[in-house]
Amino acid sequence: MTSFRLPPCDDPVRPAEVPGIRIALDGRTVEGVDGQSIAGVILGSGILAWRTTSKNARPRGVFCGIGVCFDCLVEVNGARDVRACQRRARDGDVVTTQYDELPVRVRAAPFEEVPDDRA
Amino acid sequence: MTVPDVLVIGAGPAGLAAARAARRRGASVTLLDSSDELGGQYWRHLPPQRPSEREAVLHHGWSAFTALREWLERSAGVTIIRQAYVWAIETREGRPGAVFVVVGEVDGEDRPQLVFEPGALILATGAYDRTLPFPGWDLPGVFTAGAAQALAKGERVAIGRRVVVAGAGPFLLPVAASLAATGSTVLGVYEANRTASLIAGWLPRPWQLLRAARKGGELAGYVRGHLRHRIPYRVGKAVIRADGTDRVETVTIASVDAAWSPLAGTEQTIAVDAVCVGHGFTPRLELAIAAGCALSDDDFVWVDERQQTSIPLVFAAGEVTGIGGVDLALAEGEIAGHLAAGGSIQDAALAPALAHRRTYRSFASRIENAHGVAGGWSEWLTPDTVVCRCEEVTYGVLCDAASATGGASLRSLKLSSRAGLGICQGRVCGRTIEDLIAKRAPGLAGGPGHSDAPVSSAADRVRTDRRPIAVPIRLGELAAEPTPLSSPSLSDRLRERHP
Repeated sequence: MTSFRLPPCDDPVRPAEVPGIRIALDGRTVEGVDGQSIAGVILGSGILAWRTTSKNARPRGVFCGIGVCFDCLVEVNGARDVRACQRRARDGDVVTTQYDELPVRVRAAPFEEVPDDRA
Repeated sequence: MTVPDVLVIGAGPAGLAAARAARRRGASVTLLDSSDELGGQYWRHLPPQRPSEREAVLHHGWSAFTALREWLERSAGVTIIRQAYVWAIETREGRPGAVFVVVGEVDGEDRPQLVFEPGALILATGAYDRTLPFPGWDLPGVFTAGAAQALAKGERVAIGRRVVVAGAGPFLLPVAASLAATGSTVLGVYEANRTASLIAGWLPRPWQLLRAARKGGELAGYVRGHLRHRIPYRVGKAVIRADGTDRVETVTIASVDAAWSPLAGTEQTIAVDAVCVGHGFTPRLELAIAAGCALSDDDFVWVDERQQTSIPLVFAAGEVTGIGGVDLALAEGEIAGHLAAGGSIQDAALAPALAHRRTYRSFASRIENAHGVAGGWSEWLTPDTVVCRCEEVTYGVLCDAASATGGASLRSLKLSSRAGLGICQGRVCGRTIEDLIAKRAPGLAGGPGHSDAPVSSAADRVRTDRRPIAVPIRLGELAAEPTPLSSPSLSDRLRERHP
């Protein structure tokens, strides 16, 4: 079992009917409702993790939920590094998960002598 | 005397109260908040696209919030700018510096930039959860208590079906209540402090609780809710690890002693979908530091009795000056707004707010005494426990770096281990690293000060809290010219609340 969006019929706040929205997460359709954050839509559909960490390739999703930790970063409609917990989802948003691998090391150690290729 | 233009940063309880008080004194007020909704984290609520009949059941003081919001939205002399990200404030001697803002979608592109030169500035930037690390806290399904709360109140999303709530402090109670109201089964609330310390904190002057009756009433309401939902509340227990392959599957709970050292042989493992953990709060200091404000010895923004910081005409109110809850934030905000608009602390109109501040401050200090973090928690770390989540720096690597750098400086420790240098800029792990290093190399992380006076300037004291750019903005925006406030394209964007 996992995260979920409370069905309106079970909700003590008695919500009104609201329009559904759909976003694409790495090509897969995920459904939410208007006014949710991107993270809310994804978590509401039961997906807990989306970003992959750079160093150990570990899964991450929401941690702080209020825009402080940056664990939930995604690419939205081509713009990278968007905090999914802070950005409102819009119908048709194309969301791509991020895996930013570490830059390739060009030198073995910080102070190692490097051959001068101008010579 | 002319009334200065007042700029308020943050639209939580303190900022809202400050804006109203400043406007009532005749100031022209601008209120900025990064969200597209007012209310801050405390009154985080469903957006207007999702109306509901009984939203008030999720909140404490909901009618106070809606009254403040309506008053400010109706007032001609108040400009509210939502989705406003303050990314820098200039430091000036003797007065507020220029305030640089981008306005638009969060982490967007090509957002217009504004620059304010306020006569008086009120910082009401609030606080965020402090979560201590434990093995497995980096697994998906481990959330801060604030995340569980924001998702429940702002989205009606529950973090899991079977949930454990753990950490320290009274905030765990409303979080558990919100989870229960969002369809989760809360398996238990685990408070690390033991009965003796809770009693010592709560009982020495019980009559003070009566004066803070509204606060007592709020907590009593949660206790009633917990009884109704049959949520167990256990003291002297902590989540000491979480396990799972690609998500949390179990948590291990252990009894802890008064210093929070786990007691061997008391471990108990529970199957969960999710765990939410909070060990108190960290103030959002970056803007105050940028503005040049001194900090108190417990690392909040130092203010005098007028809520003025060490910089004249820069005021601060709410959790950024000390964790005290909504009623204290409202009182401090009102005082700050009144004084920022040229009022005097002697004015009769301010007497109720001053009395409230006295009452709720004493209440807040007792909560801190009862629920504060004790040092034994580091005993539940293992060498492979991630301490810095962004750079994935483990406790073992941090200890090795501390030994290798010989405790020379926090900076060399950070540069050699990369702890605190990731994208969150040390917001999550900064205090943790300072605490761990202070244990290993006392003196490195700054000495004790005196709480009645500003003990330090931003330059000599700030350790992991200094962030020259307070929120990430894109390079193109950094390079762009500021937009005049009167520009038609900007006023369109300001009107467009939900682009």
